[in-house]
Amino acid sequence: MSKKEAAPALYPLGMDGFLARFASRFSLEANRAAQAFATEAREIEGVEEAVPALASVQLRFDSTGETAPARRAKLEAALTDLLASRDWLSLPERAPARRWTLPVSFDGSDAPGLAEAAAETGLTEAEAVRSILEAAPRVLAIGFAPGQPYIGLLPEPWNFPRRTSLRDVPPGALVAAIRQLVLFANASPTGWLQIGRCAFRPFQPGAPDPMPLRQGDEIRLSRVSADELSALEAQPMGGARLEVLS
Amino acid sequence: MSAVLKILSAGPMLTVQDLGRPGLAAQGLSRGGAQDTLALWEAAALLGLSAPVAGIEMPGMGGRFTVTEKTRVALTGAPMRASLDGRPVPWHSALSLAPGEVLSVGGVSSGTTGYLTPGGGIASEPVLGSRATHLAVRIGALLTEAEALPLGKDRAASAPPQVLRVAPRFEGGQIRILPGPQTELFSPEQIRAFEAASFTRGPRSNRQAIQMMSEAEPLWHMASGGMASEPIQAGDIQITGDGTPFVLGAECQTIGGYPRIGSVHPEDMPKLVQAGAESPLSFRFADPAPLPTGAERLRALRRAITPLLRDPATIPDLLSYQLISGVTAGDDLERD
Repeated sequence: MSKKEAAPALYPLGMDGFLARFASRFSLEANRAAQAFATEAREIEGVEEAVPALASVQLRFDSTGETAPARRAKLEAALTDLLASRDWLSLPERAPARRWTLPVSFDGSDAPGLAEAAAETGLTEAEAVRSILEAAPRVLAIGFAPGQPYIGLLPEPWNFPRRTSLRDVPPGALVAAIRQLVLFANASPTGWLQIGRCAFRPFQPGAPDPMPLRQGDEIRLSRVSADELSALEAQPMGGARLEVLS
Repeated sequence: MSAVLKILSAGPMLTVQDLGRPGLAAQGLSRGGAQDTLALWEAAALLGLSAPVAGIEMPGMGGRFTVTEKTRVALTGAPMRASLDGRPVPWHSALSLAPGEVLSVGGVSSGTTGYLTPGGGIASEPVLGSRATHLAVRIGALLTEAEALPLGKDRAASAPPQVLRVAPRFEGGQIRILPGPQTELFSPEQIRAFEAASFTRGPRSNRQAIQMMSEAEPLWHMASGGMASEPIQAGDIQITGDGTPFVLGAECQTIGGYPRIGSVHPEDMPKLVQAGAESPLSFRFADPAPLPTGAERLRALRRAITPLLRDPATIPDLLSYQLISGVTAGDDLERD
């Protein structure tokens, strides 16, 4: 890693964008910085799109026409100024604006990787499930696939690596690794361990809001049985409940 | 009932495509849309439209099509063997198709992917602002035999046929690339090795990514080493675990953890996606040059359009006619 990697910095990203990177490795501080920076950068003239990821933000502008180089230079200056305007890595944690409660089954075929995950945490399966239910993790990023949330951080015992061999998981799979949860909309191969399954789908192509989760949302999980989950499959939101907190 | 395009038979990978869904990456949805966007702009120029409309993307193989009302169709992108009721018709063209006539589109003769764009566009129901099928996230689906697609109104259905001179982009060549946020993680030696290598399209290529195979030793290999996943987009060149580069395609994911050596210059993406397995490709870092606006692009393309002087139906040696018109193309479209 070069020296430039140490501090938040702005990089070119293709023809029509920049990347503001707050850290090379994930941290909650860098994640908060990325979310806050994206919110403010969206207000800068010329920013067409701000895409916050785990610890960085992509900013896109219109790169067509003769005035594009001037626009690019002006935007680079504005983003550099914004980056220098405060200590982005020392922002206080903000209270969540929204809270989701998602029913999840940790039973049998809904949780084929639960035993392996519990062994990794050093907890019994019941204790592992309880620690997930008691946690109030947040949506750290939306991405990879439409609406797909990266949720975290879980308690420290959940800090085990992704598997190098991939396994297929079904739609609604709730998977865990590296103190994070991911909820899949579609069937997918993954190196994360499936510890449960939701009837809620983070991507609903025909719905008015097809990708309902937002970065920063708080996620609470509520345990249901496999049978109860099957019944929830018939509901459009899979039993998910949204509270708007502020 | 409004006009429809009927698919009498379909190649294996036909989809409806337009310019996709920009602006939704923050919610995890990549833009998608045509792999060779220039082909849709060419169709718009040939059809006299002010912006691209939805057409059919045809990787490798086309199909047989008919319409219920007279409409023009533009045939752009990779040249494919095409005929109208058995009479050969030129590629890079716009022609009228009358009800009952059958347009047959066979395999590509060079390049990878051709496009068929009706004069009023395909008027299927948009999803999130676009008609583009996004196979990876299951918006839309592959087109199949016996399907009927609604057509927008063609305001010049009887206009005389036209042909477009195109700059060559179907045989590979040098691809300009731009630096990205991880380029500086690669050493100058790694960059030189990457620029010196010759690549071809690998079999693990699809609308999500294009595999770049090389005989050269992958000195550009780089372990990701626990980097947090970052935003990625079409054109980015990921170096995967064994050193194989993949150029991200229209349906790529929106965040990813593989190191990226750079991004393909957007103006060279059509050449990259149209390079078949036999066409050598190489990469060279270049400065970002401004892209033309849509209006500028259409003006430049329109200057390369000429009437097809004779009705194709009356030209017995049409294939040779097309070849002559094809090789006169200059590279003026790529120059500023």
